[in-house]
Amino acid sequence: MVLRNKPGQRQPRVETSAKVADEIKPTTCYMCACRCGIKVYLRNGTVRYIEGNRDHPVNKGVLCGKGSAGIMQHYSPARLRAPLLRVGERGSGEFKEISWDEALEIATKWLGEVRERDPKKLAFFTGRDQSQSLTGWWAIQYGTPNYAAHGGFCSVNMAAAGLYTFGGAFWEFGDPDWEHTRYFMLFGVAEDHASNPIKIGIGKLKNRGAKFVAVNPVRTGYNAIADEWVGIRPGTDGLFVGALIHELIKARKIDVDYQLRYTNAPWLVIQDKGAGDDGLFARDAKGNPLAYDTKKKRLVNALLADITPALSGEFKLRDGRKAVPALQLLAERFLSKEYAPESVAEETGVPAQDIKRIAAELAHAAFEEEVVLDIPWTDWAGRRHEKMIGRPVSMHAMRGISAHSNGFHTCRLIHILQILLGSIDCPGGFRYKSPYPKQTPPWLKPFGKLGQIAPREPLGGPHLGFPTGPEDLLVDDKDQPQRIDKAFSWDAPLAVHGMMHMVIANAAKGDPYPIDVLFMYMANMGWNSSMNVPDTLKCLTDKDAKTGEYKIPKIIYSDAYYSETVPYADLVLPDTTYLERWDCISLLDRPISEADGPADSIRQPVVEPDRDVRPFQDVLIELGARLALPGFVDQEGSPKYPGGYPDYIVNHERKPGLGPLAGWRGKDGKSSGKGEPNPKQLEKYIENGCFWFHELEPNQRYFKHANKDYLDFAVSMGFRLEPGRVIFQLYLEMLQKFRLAAEGHGNVVPPAKHRKRIKAFFDPLPFWYRPFEGAMLDEDAFPLYAITQRPMHMYHSWGSQNAWLRQITAQNRLYMSRAKAETLGIQDDDWIWISSHIGRVKAQVRTMEGVNPDTVWTWNAIGKRRGAWMLDEDAPESNQGFLLNHLIAELLPQRGGGYRYSNSDPVTGQAAWYDLKVKIEKASGAEAGETYPMFEPLGRPLDSELPDVLRFGAQFKDDPSEGSTRG
Amino acid sequence: MTTLPEKTDKKLGLVIDLDICVGCHACVTSCKEWNTGGYSAPLSDIDPYGADPHGAWLNRVHTYEAGEGHGGQTVHFPRSCLHCETPDCVTVCPTGASYKREEDGIVLVNPDTCIGCKLCSWACPYGAREYDTDHGVMKKCTLCVDRIYNENLEQEDRVPACVRACPTGARHFGDIGDPSSEVSALVRQRGGYDLLPEMGYRPVNKYLPPRERRDGGEHQSVLPALAEPSPPQAKLRGESFFAWADRLLSR
Amino acid sequence: MHPAYSVILFTTASGAGYGLLALLSLGGLMGLTPLHPWMGFTGFLTAFVLITAGLLSSTFHLGHPERSWRAFSQWRSSWLSREGVAAVLTYAPAGLFGLAWFLGETAHWAWSLAGWAGIVCAIATVYCTGMIYASLKTIRQWYTPLVAPIYVLMAAATGALLLNLLLVLFGALAAWALWLAVGALAVAFLAKIAYWFSIDNARKTYTAESATGLGRFGKVRPLDAPHSRANFIMREMGYAVGRKHSRILRRLAVILLFAVPLISTSIMIAYIDGALLPLALLATVSAGIGVAIERWLFFAEASHVAMLFYGNERA
Ligand SMILES: Nc1nc2c(c(=O)[nH]1)N[C@H]1C(S)=C(S)[C@@H](COP(=O)(O)OP(=O)(O)OC[C@H]3O[C@@H](n4cnc5c(=O)[nH]c(N)nc54)[C@H](O)[C@@H]3O)O[C@H]1N2
Ligand SMILES: Nc1nc2c(c(=O)[nH]1)N[C@H]1C(S)=C(S)[C@@H](COP(=O)(O)OP(=O)(O)OC[C@H]3O[C@@H](n4cnc5c(=O)[nH]c(N)nc54)[C@H](O)[C@@H]3O)O[C@H]1N2
Ligand code: SF4
Ligand code: SF4
Ligand code: SF4
Ligand code: SF4
Ligand code: SF4
Ligand SMILES: [Mo]
Repeated sequence: MVLRNKPGQRQPRVETSAKVADEIKPTTCYMCACRCGIKVYLRNGTVRYIEGNRDHPVNKGVLCGKGSAGIMQHYSPARLRAPLLRVGERGSGEFKEISWDEALEIATKWLGEVRERDPKKLAFFTGRDQSQSLTGWWAIQYGTPNYAAHGGFCSVNMAAAGLYTFGGAFWEFGDPDWEHTRYFMLFGVAEDHASNPIKIGIGKLKNRGAKFVAVNPVRTGYNAIADEWVGIRPGTDGLFVGALIHELIKARKIDVDYQLRYTNAPWLVIQDKGAGDDGLFARDAKGNPLAYDTKKKRLVNALLADITPALSGEFKLRDGRKAVPALQLLAERFLSKEYAPESVAEETGVPAQDIKRIAAELAHAAFEEEVVLDIPWTDWAGRRHEKMIGRPVSMHAMRGISAHSNGFHTCRLIHILQILLGSIDCPGGFRYKSPYPKQTPPWLKPFGKLGQIAPREPLGGPHLGFPTGPEDLLVDDKDQPQRIDKAFSWDAPLAVHGMMHMVIANAAKGDPYPIDVLFMYMANMGWNSSMNVPDTLKCLTDKDAKTGEYKIPKIIYSDAYYSETVPYADLVLPDTTYLERWDCISLLDRPISEADGPADSIRQPVVEPDRDVRPFQDVLIELGARLALPGFVDQEGSPKYPGGYPDYIVNHERKPGLGPLAGWRGKDGKSSGKGEPNPKQLEKYIENGCFWFHELEPNQRYFKHANKDYLDFAVSMGFRLEPGRVIFQLYLEMLQKFRLAAEGHGNVVPPAKHRKRIKAFFDPLPFWYRPFEGAMLDEDAFPLYAITQRPMHMYHSWGSQNAWLRQITAQNRLYMSRAKAETLGIQDDDWIWISSHIGRVKAQVRTMEGVNPDTVWTWNAIGKRRGAWMLDEDAPESNQGFLLNHLIAELLPQRGGGYRYSNSDPVTGQAAWYDLKVKIEKASGAEAGETYPMFEPLGRPLDSELPDVLRFGAQFKDDPSEGSTRG
Repeated sequence: MTTLPEKTDKKLGLVIDLDICVGCHACVTSCKEWNTGGYSAPLSDIDPYGADPHGAWLNRVHTYEAGEGHGGQTVHFPRSCLHCETPDCVTVCPTGASYKREEDGIVLVNPDTCIGCKLCSWACPYGAREYDTDHGVMKKCTLCVDRIYNENLEQEDRVPACVRACPTGARHFGDIGDPSSEVSALVRQRGGYDLLPEMGYRPVNKYLPPRERRDGGEHQSVLPALAEPSPPQAKLRGESFFAWADRLLSR
Repeated sequence: MHPAYSVILFTTASGAGYGLLALLSLGGLMGLTPLHPWMGFTGFLTAFVLITAGLLSSTFHLGHPERSWRAFSQWRSSWLSREGVAAVLTYAPAGLFGLAWFLGETAHWAWSLAGWAGIVCAIATVYCTGMIYASLKTIRQWYTPLVAPIYVLMAAATGALLLNLLLVLFGALAAWALWLAVGALAVAFLAKIAYWFSIDNARKTYTAESATGLGRFGKVRPLDAPHSRANFIMREMGYAVGRKHSRILRRLAVILLFAVPLISTSIMIAYIDGALLPLALLATVSAGIGVAIERWLFFAEASHVAMLFYGNERA
């Protein structure tokens, strides 16, 4: 019986219109790199609530689990308080607080001395930097070649493969056409940088009934809601994609017109074994590539618009040698039995019939479900097209591909699959975001060659660029790397994002040379962003036996919190939180554009710092002025940007008219892209919610690589130098140049020890090979693949200080297949040893069904060092949680006494985090309950009070202005 | 007032789409963030930086696996108060602090009169009541009663914090009692279901089940396999492919 | 369910108190016990102390004890509220009757009406206590018709033992009281055995599959809990006693709560004129501990439906 209210019974009155804020300020989130627009609700100067900005192009109003926990990040007890100067040994955490004047003086002295003597002895690496256009420019003006951010351990395989192949990339450079796609394949993504956009997009496409296929060894997160889960074995995606290409070519399901229009498929490749130009494109006297015109029956300039080129056949060149179209070479490779579904099924763990079915579905979606938009457009050659016809197949991939030593070629394979289906930047396909597409590759060479480095001299150009041949490498006359991380050397010729993961080890070894100052910003290199953490810590603390000085003599570090890396610095420059500073998310850097148009944004301070901290960008600009770096001081030598970063954001010009922000430029604030600095620019941004978005005209929105109206627009905005189209590189000639060098051709050739490797991996056509660690180790001794995934609610190491987020995951487990665990006598909650060829880690197990049976995995960066982040010493993060990084070697296993390469992709130098192979054993009862290895607890320079109970929010209720009435 | 209203004018509630929930916890932290400073303030956290961090949260997301091996599914499962129509959590309350609102059916706890006896939490089969040990008061999802009518917020923001934040659009808010509402339509179209209907609490919130998977298993592709290759005697690999391509081009 | 010590103490003490109150009043009203003023004084005082201590201790587990007065308001629907009302109501008639006893005024019909009213209120209070649990559909082990009667029977049995102790102290031991104790103990024992049998053999109708509605895909197992440390629900509802442990405790409860008091009381019947204080004490103390164990088990063996969301397979 249900008892009902009596008539007239009164229920309590609830205040439903309580005051929500004194003030709501827009800014940009930085709980991760996605950079969503937020609105911050303030009550009495305290952050009351953070919500997504509905108008923002990135997140369109939504907010993720981290973004909504920003309050606890901002009020974290682990926030640094004032500049710190180390007084104890490195790692002890013994510091004294000093004034900013003193801190800046010390930094200026250290940096100034190095610049006087040999600027390359400064290594400036900036981790999770969102102001790379400033930090990079600072490093150029300083004159060191040793600058990069985190790209090298993150996603350079994706960036390089994409930019060299089609002038864009997955990562943040493009998006699936969420509105129109019919078939979406997601490779190796747990979260990505496009955190909210992917979630918005997947939700939309599933509701539209489009099919979503997830290729991932683990079935969690996005992969859990896919219509089909392909539980692939790690490192074998290249084979899987190769087999899809095999099927499609075999069945003639490729978009031939598209190949002709947009790719180098018909370009003729010289076939002349042993010659210095074997495998290069045949070119005419002007350097134009040649094709064979089947109507004119002769060789023609392949770049001309109206030709009928052959896609197969063997053609005689003027000098009598033979050449074949690039597509023929590609087809021959993938039609081979090696890439037949039956041949790859075992290695990939994907049944042949599934591969065939997926290929059939791809073909069906691409060719039977065409998307036609009634939008006329004009192509690069001036030809008008009445409609935009799209192949609604889209793909996205990230670190599951990127973080393997075969990632560059695997990523290229995925792009080639997209291109063969005709699905790049068409309705329903993959779409570029401005400033992409760029030329393949972008016209930018790395600086840092021998003659480009001199005391007191700027570098002359940017550090990171795109080599197009061995002559662009940064090696000296003895083939020694010029950069401390060995980027752009024979070790990693296309390390277009640098190799931050090698800096500490190389610097400590003095290989290729010792450095004087290591200057780092926003990277927890003493912990989760290093491979082989125990040895990394040794490198940071090792001393020279003779001098007694640290091998890395001086370390300056800027962090906002007491991370594991802070105790290893000699001088700590405490940053503000993201709610306390100006920032600039610039098109010169990693933009936040959408496929429908370019965008950039700012952060504005929404609360005042309550402590002696300064925005790092302000500090860098001030250091630039104190060091009198060109560009940071005017003719008289006084600071050029006395107003700090906001001053720089508004007034800095990279080229005349081209500054950090594209919106509201010009004296009147009416220009976009290019224009004079506008003193009111920041106000305009704030008025508009702290972002600028330019919506492209409908006729500019697709085929941007060959769309005249878009290309002209891109030139006008300064995204491109000229309106030429982008030609997709199915066959990547540039790689062949390295190969030829390895065969001894040309002026710049690799030393003998590198030749075999260059020859093997610089194949102009993509191919699959087994990831290095697995290939080099005894697979029986280390039978399992060990990978990590990002939890959606944590950002690397910095989420664990967050009182809300850490409640969600305070301890990570090792997840493994229930069936596999049974064979090892392991059950849920057991403690186990995970061993790799360099060490072992103890962890607690959780068994599951949705995981490839040969794979074990854990949530990334949950394990913490005792004492760090101001967590109690008995925090689960440091006692039961663990870090897989202790097991990941920074160098490949020793082989036959030879040279030890870094554990990286041989082409790009991308850190191969996910090549790790392990074995699992049950720990004994006595060993259960606590993780291993356990490092010395870090000392604490902060005396923040740690509350037993947090009652955040109670203060708003006590506020009399709330007027809450209940009764 | 722990008897139940004869009827409620509306049946406001949430419809949660398990097919697209990715388990991101956005609804969890946005709920915490809004509510710790709102009607239920504070939602205390115990041992926030120590060995046993836990606290009061009005919405939590579980992850389950259902079924075995490749054929199984991983399902993210957000869980908060379902604002039941005939819930014992209300009728057991000795103080009247727990009640169901006549105007919209929201089940609320009055934090000013609750004695913290926890009986209502025992009576809730869904584990949806959250006792705040520090505050000594029962907390629960308020359906953001201090947002959905709040005139200080823009009209389109007058939805629960969790719905406002959810990036995938897996959370829908509306009047489930109104057959013409969007949420009611969703429930009809997608086979929205009640949790533990046997308990007789008649939850208002509904769950939309994961859609059928479209993988090889039982749901073989309806597409024909791709065409078989050229005759095996072809000399050049892909000869017939090229013949086809070149033919195509010389159209 | 998490066994809260304050609640165990409360139900044990107040149950015995109400039992004593009712039986003492009954004895007085029926003329079965001598109306010795000091015996009445001691008996009623003991009963009131036990009841009051129990009630007070029950407020310890409240988040806001200072607001407990509000708990009397919802007697229309809430068994807890009814219990509170009944508990407080009991004081007045029972107190009056106790006073009358002390003053030797029990003969008047008004006083005896108060006595009878006190008995009814005492039984009602204990019954309400039982119904607080027995009305919870969410806990299979509580949602049975045996629970409320067992509460009443336990109160009667422990009350009877206390009464005997009182009668021994005042040299007024009588066979009827001993037989009453034996009877109450025996029936309570049978009821408890029946209860255990029924909860052990009841069908567990709710499953993780039905709770989540995901059974359509197969067996449901939690992969990641919402938060990595236990939350309120898990702490409150997640307590579960191991099977082996519970067997031992059940045996212990049977020995202390039923066997020892039954045997002692039987001996007392046989040697009704002997020096029985130690036996009476033994029976009472043993039963007191026994009830506490029984109550602890009552919680520890109860499983809450909500735990299906946290890894329990059935409830
Ligand atoms: N919430 C949150 N968001 C983040 C970050 C964070 O820490 N937290 N970090 C940011 C950063 S720096 C980055 S680089 C991005 C990375 O974003 P993601 O690329 O999503 O990074 P991971 O979490 O490493 O996910 C890699 C996925 O690849 C799978 N995988 C591993 N090996 C293979 C393989 O061989 N093949 C396939 N197909 N899959 C494989 C793993 O199971 C995992 O699901 O995320 C960014 N966004
Ligand atoms: N096993 C394994 N290891 C990995 C990966 C993996 O997938 N698996 N992923 C790799 C990848 S892709 C990446 S990008 C790296 C990421 O690793 P890191 O680059 O180390 O990233 P975080 O842990 O986020 O650390 C950044 C540091 O920035 C600090 N910080 C936060 N906010 C601010 C601020 O406002 N100002 C300043 N100055 N500092 C701030 C934090 O306190 C922290 O110390 O990890 C890599 N390591
Ligand atoms: S994805 Fe989340 S954490 Fe990252 S910027 Fe957006 S809201 Fe902030
Ligand atoms: S879900 Fe639980 S708390 Fe909410 S109304 Fe239903 S029974 Fe009550
Ligand atoms: S805890 Fe509060 S709301 Fe719940 S039953 Fe007790 S008094 Fe009522
Ligand atoms: S409706 Fe409000 S209180 Fe309820 S779960 Fe959503 S955010 Fe939390
Ligand atoms: S915010 Fe949405 S997608 Fe994320 S966990 Fe909650 S319901 Fe699921
Ligand atoms: Mo990264």
